[in-house]
Amino acid sequence: MASGSGIGKVTIPGAVLGVLLFVFVLVSIWLSVADRFWFPDLASEHGGSVDTVYVVVLIVTGIAFVATQLLLAYIVTRYGARNGEKAAYWHENARAEAILIGGTAVTLTVLVFLGQYVWYQIYFTDPPEGGMVVEATGQQFQWVFRYPGDDGVFGDLDPTLVAGTNYIGLDRNGAGADDILVVGQMHAVADQPVRVVLRSTDVIHNFHLPHMRVKQDTVPGMSIEVWFTPTETGTYEVACAELCGLGHFRMSGMLIVDATQAEFDQWLEDQLVFQ
Amino acid sequence: MPTITEDATTIRVPEPVQPLDGFGPPPRTPDEDGGGEDPRPGWRPAFPVSRGRLVLWLVLTVVVMLFAGFSSAYIILRGAPAWQNVALPASLWANTFVLLASSVTMEWTRRRTVEGDTASAKKWMAATGALGAAFLGGQILAWSELAGAGVYLASTLHSSFLYILTGMHGLHLAGGIAALAYVAAGLFRNRYSAAGHEPVTLCATYWHFMDGLWVYLFLLLTLA
Amino acid sequence: MTTHDEHAHPELGFWRKYIFSTDHKIIGIQYIITAMAMAVVGGVLSMLMRLQLGWPGTLWPRLEEIFPVGFAGGAMAPEFYLSLVTMHGTIMVFFLFTAVLTGGFGNYLIPLQIGARDMAFPLLNALSYWTFLLSCITILGALFAAGGAPLGGWTAYAPLSALPEMGPGQGDGMTLWILAIALFTASGLMGGLNYVTTLLTMRTKGMSMMRLPLTQWALFITAILGTLAFPVLLAAGILLTFDRIGGTSFFVPAGLFTAAGAAVEHSGGHPLLWQHLFWFFGHPEVYIVLLPAMGIASDILSTFARKPIFSYKMMVYSMSAIAFLSFIVWGHHMFLSGMNPFLGSLFTLTTLLIAIPSAVKTFNWLGTILGARIQFTVPMLFALGFVSTFISGGLSGIFLGTSASDIAMHDTYFVVGHFHLVMAVAPLFAAFAGVYFWFPKMFGRMMNMTAGKVHFWISFVGVNCVFFSMHAAGVIGHLRRIYDPTQYAFLEPVYGMNQFISISAFVLGAAQILFLVNFFASIWLGPKAGVNPWNATTLEWTVPSPPGHGNFGPELPVVERWAFDYSMPGAKEDFVMQTEAPTRVESS
Ligand code: HEA
Ligand code: HEA
Ligand code: CUA
Ligand SMILES: [Cu+2]
Repeated sequence: MASGSGIGKVTIPGAVLGVLLFVFVLVSIWLSVADRFWFPDLASEHGGSVDTVYVVVLIVTGIAFVATQLLLAYIVTRYGARNGEKAAYWHENARAEAILIGGTAVTLTVLVFLGQYVWYQIYFTDPPEGGMVVEATGQQFQWVFRYPGDDGVFGDLDPTLVAGTNYIGLDRNGAGADDILVVGQMHAVADQPVRVVLRSTDVIHNFHLPHMRVKQDTVPGMSIEVWFTPTETGTYEVACAELCGLGHFRMSGMLIVDATQAEFDQWLEDQLVFQ
Repeated sequence: MPTITEDATTIRVPEPVQPLDGFGPPPRTPDEDGGGEDPRPGWRPAFPVSRGRLVLWLVLTVVVMLFAGFSSAYIILRGAPAWQNVALPASLWANTFVLLASSVTMEWTRRRTVEGDTASAKKWMAATGALGAAFLGGQILAWSELAGAGVYLASTLHSSFLYILTGMHGLHLAGGIAALAYVAAGLFRNRYSAAGHEPVTLCATYWHFMDGLWVYLFLLLTLA
Repeated sequence: MTTHDEHAHPELGFWRKYIFSTDHKIIGIQYIITAMAMAVVGGVLSMLMRLQLGWPGTLWPRLEEIFPVGFAGGAMAPEFYLSLVTMHGTIMVFFLFTAVLTGGFGNYLIPLQIGARDMAFPLLNALSYWTFLLSCITILGALFAAGGAPLGGWTAYAPLSALPEMGPGQGDGMTLWILAIALFTASGLMGGLNYVTTLLTMRTKGMSMMRLPLTQWALFITAILGTLAFPVLLAAGILLTFDRIGGTSFFVPAGLFTAAGAAVEHSGGHPLLWQHLFWFFGHPEVYIVLLPAMGIASDILSTFARKPIFSYKMMVYSMSAIAFLSFIVWGHHMFLSGMNPFLGSLFTLTTLLIAIPSAVKTFNWLGTILGARIQFTVPMLFALGFVSTFISGGLSGIFLGTSASDIAMHDTYFVVGHFHLVMAVAPLFAAFAGVYFWFPKMFGRMMNMTAGKVHFWISFVGVNCVFFSMHAAGVIGHLRRIYDPTQYAFLEPVYGMNQFISISAFVLGAAQILFLVNFFASIWLGPKAGVNPWNATTLEWTVPSPPGHGNFGPELPVVERWAFDYSMPGAKEDFVMQTEAPTRVESS
C-alpha cells in the first residue's frame, strides 16, 4: 500500500466520535446477545433451524459490523488535521480491493447456501405422514379455523352462504357436514406435524405463530400450505403480521398445543355443539 | 532517485466528435447556452446524438417501461384460470392497416424533407395526419363495436386490457398527432430544408414507434 | 451588481426571479425548501406515532382539540394511527428524499458542477417543480379527505387498496394518494429527462465523464433508474385506479366479501400482481433515494479528508452495478407473500449479490479517510455519520435478504430499523451534509457551525437510540404497523423499550428544529461566505456565492483534471481546482 504521511492529530471531535462509535459497538453486542432481546421461546421443530440461520448471519455480519465500525472509530480518532500538513496522496490499491471484494463475495455465497438449505427444508419438504390438517382463514379481523371432521375432507365453500356464525360460507351438505369451525382458537398435538391451509376472504393477512417461527401471508384467491411440528405443550398466541385494516393490531388468536391426541379429540368433540 | 513523471491526473481532453450525417448537435446559439457566448468556437461535448434526439429516446424509454408494466400484468393474469377471451372487433384489423399506411406516408414525408422537396413533403404530411386521425376514429369505432356486443371495460380481464391498452396507446398517438400538427405548421411555413429538418425526423421516429407499439399490442391482445 | 452577463437579460421582478423562475438554482432551492416543509409534516406524524406506541391507551385531551376525529374521545383511533404510518412513509420517501436529493441537489448542482449555464430544458425544469408542488398539495389533501387518509401503508397492497369498502380512508383518501403519486411520478420523469440530457450534452470542455464529481455520477445513474422505474409504478397506479373506479379486477380475485358479509363484485385478478409491480418499482426507488446520498457523501468525505477519493472508478462501477441489480431483487420483499418459494431462493441470491457493490463503496469510503487529515466540519461529521449508519442498516439487510431468517424478521421492527437506518437516516445525514456544505454557495452566507455541531451530536446519538434499538424490538417479535403492541402478551418485553425509543425520537425531533432555525436564520444573518469557503475543488467553487445568472462569467470554465486532487504532492495548497492546468510534478 502506498504509504501516507503517517498518523495525524487526535482532535476533540474525532476522539468523541471515536469513543461514541466504540460505545455503540459495545451496546450493539449487548443488544444482540442479551437474553431479554431474544426471540419468543422456541416451541417448534423447524424453528430451531431458523434461529440457527439467524445466529450464523449474526456472527458473520457482526464481525463485519465490529470491524468496520471500529476501523471508522480508529480513523476518525487518529487522522485529524494537523496545521498545514497534507494528507497522503494515494487513491488506488487494486490488490486490497480485490481481496476485500473476494472475501465479501465468498462470505455471502456461504450465507446464500446455508440459508437456502434451511429454506428448502421448510418450503420444499412434505410433512411427515400421519399429521393433522387444519385450515386457517384470515378475515377482518379474526382467524377462523376449520378441521375437516371424521371424513378428513374439507367441504365446499360458497361466499353466498356467509351468514351468522358461518363466517366462511361453508356448505353444510356433502363433505362439509362434519367440518368443525372454530373462531380464534386452534389446537394441535405436541410432536405431531400440523399442516395448515391458509386462506383469506377479504384482504391479505399473515398467519403468524411467533413461538413456532411460522409466518405466512394469507392471500385472497390463493390457498397456501405451511406445516410445522410443535414440540412444547402450552398456549401460544397467533398474530396477524400483515397490515389488513384498522383492526390489524387486534387480529389475534390462540394456539393450544395439547399433550396427547386424546386431549385434542376431546376438545374437538366439545366443539361439535357449536356447529 | 527523482524522476520526472506525468501528473497522474493528466487526462486527455476528449476530441469533439464530428457531427454525423443528420445526427450532429445543432450549432449552439447564445440562447441555448443560457446567455453566454460559446467560449471556444467549435467545442461541444463529445456526445454524438443531438439533444432533441436524446430526449426523444428517453421519452420512448419511459413509454416502453410503461407498456412493459401493462404487458407483464397481462401476461401474469393471462395464466389465471378465470381468464376469458373476448372476440376482437374486426375493425381493429382495418385500423392496423391504416396505421401502417400512415407510417409509410410519414417516412415519405421525412425523406422528401431531407431531400429538400418540401412541396411533396407537405402532401405526405397531410396524408399522415389524415391517416392518424382515421386510426384514432377507427379505435373509437372499435370501442363502440365492443360495447355494442355487450363487452364492457369490466366484463372480463381480457376486455379490461383491451380497453385500457388501446386507450393508453390512443393517448400516446394523440400526442403524436399534436407533434405532427406542430411540425406540419413549420413545414407549411417552409421552416425546414435539406439542411435543417430535425423536428421532422424526430416526429417520424416517434410515429414509427407508435406504429410498432400498436402492432405489438395488437399481437399481444390477439395471440397471447 | 451588473456583470457582463446581465446586459442581455433585463432585471427580472421578484416574482419572475424567485418564484416563477426557470433558473436551475432557484428551482433547486424551491425543491429543498418545499421538501423541508414536507419533512416537518412527516416528522410531526412520526412523533404522533411514537406517542401512541410509547404510551398506548393514554388519553390526550389536548390533541383531541387539534384532531377532533383522529383523537375522538381523547385516545388515538386505530385507523388514525395507520393513516399516520401511511402518510409518514409516503411523505418521507417521495416528498422529502426523492425531492430533496434529486430535485433539490440535482437541480442546484448539475449545471454548476459540470460547467453549464442552466439545465438543457429550463422550462421543463420549472414545470417539473410546479408539478411536484401540486403533488405535495394533493398528498396533504389526502389527510383531510372524507374518511381520513389511506391506511394501507406506503406500499398500498391490494386488495386493501383496491376496495374502498375495506376500511376508512380507503375511499377518497386513497384516490388522492394515487393521484399524488401519479403527479409525483410525472414530475420525477420530467426532471430525469432533463438531468440525463444535461449531463450528457452540456458538460463544459474537458469535463469528461470520468472527471465528473461523484455527486454527478450518482445523479446521472439515479435519473436513469427513475426513467426506468417510475413508469412501472404509473402503470400499476393506472390499473389500480381502474379497479377502484372502473369495476375492473386486476388485483382482486373472485369470492371475497366484507366483514358485514356483503359480496365483493370482482373476479379473476391476483393480489400478488400489485406486489410484483410495486416492488419492481419500489426497490429501485430505495436506491433512487440512496445513490445521490452516496455521491454527496463521497465528495464531502474526500473534501474534508483532504485526500483523493479512494478508487474513483470502482465507485462509478459499483453505483452502476447497484443500479442494474436493483431491478432484479424486488422479490425479497415477498419471500412470505405466497410467491413460489423457488423464486425466493433466486431473490436471495440476487439480494446478497447487491451487497457486494455496497460493500465496495463502504470499503472505498474507509479507504478515502484512511491516512487522511480530517477536518471535522459539520458537513464532514454528517458524512461520517452517513457511513456509520449505512453500515449498520446495510448489514441488517443481510438478515432480511436471507429468506430463511426473514421468516423471523419479516414485518417486524427489525425491518423498520433496517430501512430507517439505511433509507431514512443515511440519506438524511447526507442531505444535512449537503445543506451545510452548499448553503454558502446557495445563499452567500455560512450557517452557524456551533448549532450545526449540536445538531449533529444529538442526531447521531438519537438515530441510533431510536432505530438501532428497533432491531432488538423486532427480534423480540414487535410487529410493524400495529397500533397497540400491548394486545400481545409475547410483546411484553418491548413495552419499556418503546418508551425509550419514543423519548429518544422526541429528542431527535427537537434537534431538527434547531436545524430549521439555523437554516432560515442564516439566510439573512449568517456570516458572509467567500467564493470557496471549504477549499474544495469543483467548479461551483470558482464562481461568486451565490452565483449570478448564467453561473459562470462570459467564458465557461475549462476543466483540466478530476475533482479529487487534495494534498497533491508538489502543489502549493492542499487542493487543486478542477480548472487548474496540469503540472509536471516531481516524485521519487
Ligand atoms: C436506501 C434504502 C435501502 C437500502 C440501501 C437497502 C439495502 C438493502 N436491503 Fe432493504 N429495505 C428498504 C430500503 C433499503 N434497503 C426499505 C424501505 C425496506 C422496507 C420496505 C417496506 O416494507 O416498507 C427494505 C426492506 C428490505 C427487505 C424486506 C424485508 C421484509 O419486508 O421482510 C430485505 C430483504 O431482503 C432487504 C434487504 C436489503 C439488503 C440485503 C440490502 C443491501 O443492499 C445492503 C448492503 C450493505 C451492506 C451489507 C453494508 C456494508 C457492507 C460491508 C460492511 C461489507 C461486509 C459485509 C458482509 C460480509 C455481509 N431490505
Ligand atoms: C424515508 C424516510 C423516513 C424518515 C426520515 C423517517 C423518520 C422517522 N420515522 Fe419513519 N418510516 C418510513 C420512512 C421514514 N421515516 C417509512 C417508509 C415507513 C413505513 C411506513 C409503512 O409501514 O407503510 C416508516 C415507518 C415508521 C414507523 C413504523 C410504524 C409502524 O410500522 O407502525 C415508525 C415507528 O416508530 C417510524 C418512526 C420514525 C421516526 C421517529 C422518525 C424520525 O427520524 C423523525 C425525525 C425526523 C424529522 C423530524 C425530519 C427531519 C428533517 C428536516 C427537519 C428537514 C430536512 C431537510 C433537508 C435536509 C432539506 N417510522
Ligand atoms: Cu389481519 Cu392484519
Ligand atoms: Cu428492496
